[in-house]
Amino acid sequence: MPKLTIDGVEVEVEPGTSVLQAAEALGVEIPRFCFHDRLSVAGNCRMCLVEISPGPPKPVASCCLPAADGMVVKTDSPMVREARAGVMEFLLMNHPLDCPICDQGGECDLQDQAVGYGAGRSRYTENKRAVAEKALGPLIKTAMTRCINCTRCVRFAEEIAGAPVLGQFHRGEDAEIGTFIKAAVATEMSGNMIDICPVGALTSRPYAYRARPWELTKTPSIDVHDALGANIRVDSRGREVLRILPRLHEGINEEWIDDRTRFACDGLAERRLDRPWVRGADGRLRETSWATALTAAARGLAGRDVAALAGDLADVEAVVALRDLMDELGSPHRDCRVDGAVFDTSQRSGWLMNAGVAGVDEADILLLVATDPRREATVLGARIFRNWRERGLPIAVIGPAIDAPYGYDHLGDGPDALDRLARARTGFAKTIKGAQNPMILAGMSAFRRPDGLAVHRALHEAAQKFGATFNMLHTAAGRVGALEVGFVPGPGGMDCAGILRDAKALISLGAEVSAPKGCFTVYIGHHGDVGAAGADVVLPGSAYTEKDATYVNTEGRPQRAVRAVAPPGLAREDWTIVRDLAAALGKPLSYNDISARIEAAWPHLARWDTVEPAPWGPFGTAGPVDRVPFAAPKDAYYHANAICRASPTMARCVVAFRAPNSEEAA
Amino acid sequence: MKKPYDLTADYQPAAFTFANKKAVEEAIARYPEGQQASAVMPLLWIAQRQHDNWIPRAAMDEIAKILSMPPVKVYEVASFYTMYNLAPIGRYHVQCCGTTPCWLRGSERVMAACAEAAARAPDGLFTVSEVECLGACTAAPVLQVNDDTYEGLTPASAKELMALLEQGIDPKAGDKQ
Repeated sequence: MPKLTIDGVEVEVEPGTSVLQAAEALGVEIPRFCFHDRLSVAGNCRMCLVEISPGPPKPVASCCLPAADGMVVKTDSPMVREARAGVMEFLLMNHPLDCPICDQGGECDLQDQAVGYGAGRSRYTENKRAVAEKALGPLIKTAMTRCINCTRCVRFAEEIAGAPVLGQFHRGEDAEIGTFIKAAVATEMSGNMIDICPVGALTSRPYAYRARPWELTKTPSIDVHDALGANIRVDSRGREVLRILPRLHEGINEEWIDDRTRFACDGLAERRLDRPWVRGADGRLRETSWATALTAAARGLAGRDVAALAGDLADVEAVVALRDLMDELGSPHRDCRVDGAVFDTSQRSGWLMNAGVAGVDEADILLLVATDPRREATVLGARIFRNWRERGLPIAVIGPAIDAPYGYDHLGDGPDALDRLARARTGFAKTIKGAQNPMILAGMSAFRRPDGLAVHRALHEAAQKFGATFNMLHTAAGRVGALEVGFVPGPGGMDCAGILRDAKALISLGAEVSAPKGCFTVYIGHHGDVGAAGADVVLPGSAYTEKDATYVNTEGRPQRAVRAVAPPGLAREDWTIVRDLAAALGKPLSYNDISARIEAAWPHLARWDTVEPAPWGPFGTAGPVDRVPFAAPKDAYYHANAICRASPTMARCVVAFRAPNSEEAA
Repeated sequence: MKKPYDLTADYQPAAFTFANKKAVEEAIARYPEGQQASAVMPLLWIAQRQHDNWIPRAAMDEIAKILSMPPVKVYEVASFYTMYNLAPIGRYHVQCCGTTPCWLRGSERVMAACAEAAARAPDGLFTVSEVECLGACTAAPVLQVNDDTYEGLTPASAKELMALLEQGIDPKAGDKQ
């Protein structure tokens, strides 16, 4: 373990640690542009120069200098300051003086460090270099003249996103970042390049000229566009959510988020339900007051066998209230699997990602069953890619072939491939049997079929046989929370398919489904989408940025979303709508504090950010498994939920990144 | 100076195949197992020699495929080095050295003479470009035409050289003084 002295303080670090990181461990911050913790070291910006002894009598870049025993480092000597000021002068030479009109202004590394190391004025009298803008698609706006060629975006695209389409071309003064061929950066992670760009070369196109960072209220929250529950920061001004940024969570999203999470927020201002609506005798929806709407809802539901569906974006609070209302009404017809997935809900381990999201890093072999992590849980896909890239994780796919940055063995299209794998002795079967931490990751498409229960059992058996962890990859943020509180058909109750076929009255908690003909439907939700269009009574709820709510991610981690802005118009928090609906039905809920109710019944859901491990047990029902191939995973990445469908930015993405095989192309 | 290129131009061929497979294999075999991407430079060179002294996009994509590397990495290398041409080039590529020793000995006038001669010559015969040191400083100023270096030039001898080339006569490479 090398022991070195930095600014007079002795520190011992792991071998291989760079001087920059060693200084960081001591709390000594060294300025940098090109160095990034999660990317390979480039060492080309030269901002992190330090003075080293023993060593050459010149400053050394600390990001690519391994700490050595007995090294004495000075990070703030006159020589260092002069060297950094020199580097800064070179960096600013061609950098335009357009901070007042630059979106990075106020949160710009170059701006901040120029305050510390920049000279008051420039000595450069030549013409500044100008660089042509690059067309990088509808999400990233470029101002390439501002680029300082740190190559963070190039390394991100190659190493994290797995889409090596960016590069640095030409040389010297002409060096520039781009794609060389005209191509959009077709990765679902592209928005992160905006975050890692230390200057204003890559900025957010939808957010362009909307706000300054110091005007924004920053609220730490949780994402709902997939089931990972990425940690986000909601930046709002007044009642408007202006942008979404990632927040560090090593166990889930590290410091990345996918483009849907980041850019779909403009959908929160479009097609909102901001007042109650009731369908009149002429069959048209008319806006009305809460009192009228609740009375109409109660009148329509009374005397009928009421069913309930919890949609993909439902929070735990609302689902619990709805569950209690259904208990009061004595109705077993309830389901949260609104995409038609059928699996055994009796065992917690049967519907959780048991190894956890971070468990992907430890996996030494991975079997993907009917899932496309890149589209269904992009940040998880990036973890898989990293494990494959750095440690050569063997990956196999059962189900339709996927377009992934990693290589994989395609073992078959249908569930019979599982059977073949269990009997095989060579190839992937041999590898998986010798593995220490095998992982099976099953997507929703594996269960969206009539024999879902039998597939579930087959996967249980496969996990047993290979000693693998069984992991279900959900796609809906509300699904696991609803499963946790048992929002599934009771004894004799209908499941989602049954409800959509036979229900006579339905309370839909944001379920974007079409109710059967003649069914009286009360829709509680925040966007005017499929669900609201067919409803008889529409009760306006809150989106995820507008309520304090609990969401449970696919590994069973309850997390708290925090209210950042007020819901629009007359819209209200969802669980209170259910409470008032219950009162209107004459079955008032017995509590006013939903958090206490949840904590009493499901204490693990009140321990935020803690995963309650699920005991392993048998799940699924033994039975014949159909040889029909698994359906392709639902590939409407940019149109996955009501918020995305309302988002103009997502609509532009659909056009720009139109893939030949996706539903969006149709 | 940025070298000219247009990857979508009409002159770009749709496909490219290496004529000399053996040379390609030899180039790749020079590097250790797993480091085949190192062969990108020799392969680009082979492609350029085969294809009228310039590298079409199809060739870069083909090289990326042969070496299993992202095409963008090949573009990076090809755009970086002056020795690779990315657009069609004259039959004689006249590379005039403009680095200090040559410059002190009057390379600017030599270069002007070459440019003037090239401008008068039929299209597609000459491409004159300024390059960095050609490694023959003892006989500055120098220039290189395709594979041959011509040393100790004066504007007059450069003009003479260009005239011979224009007539298709292969002048003797080497010292002109």
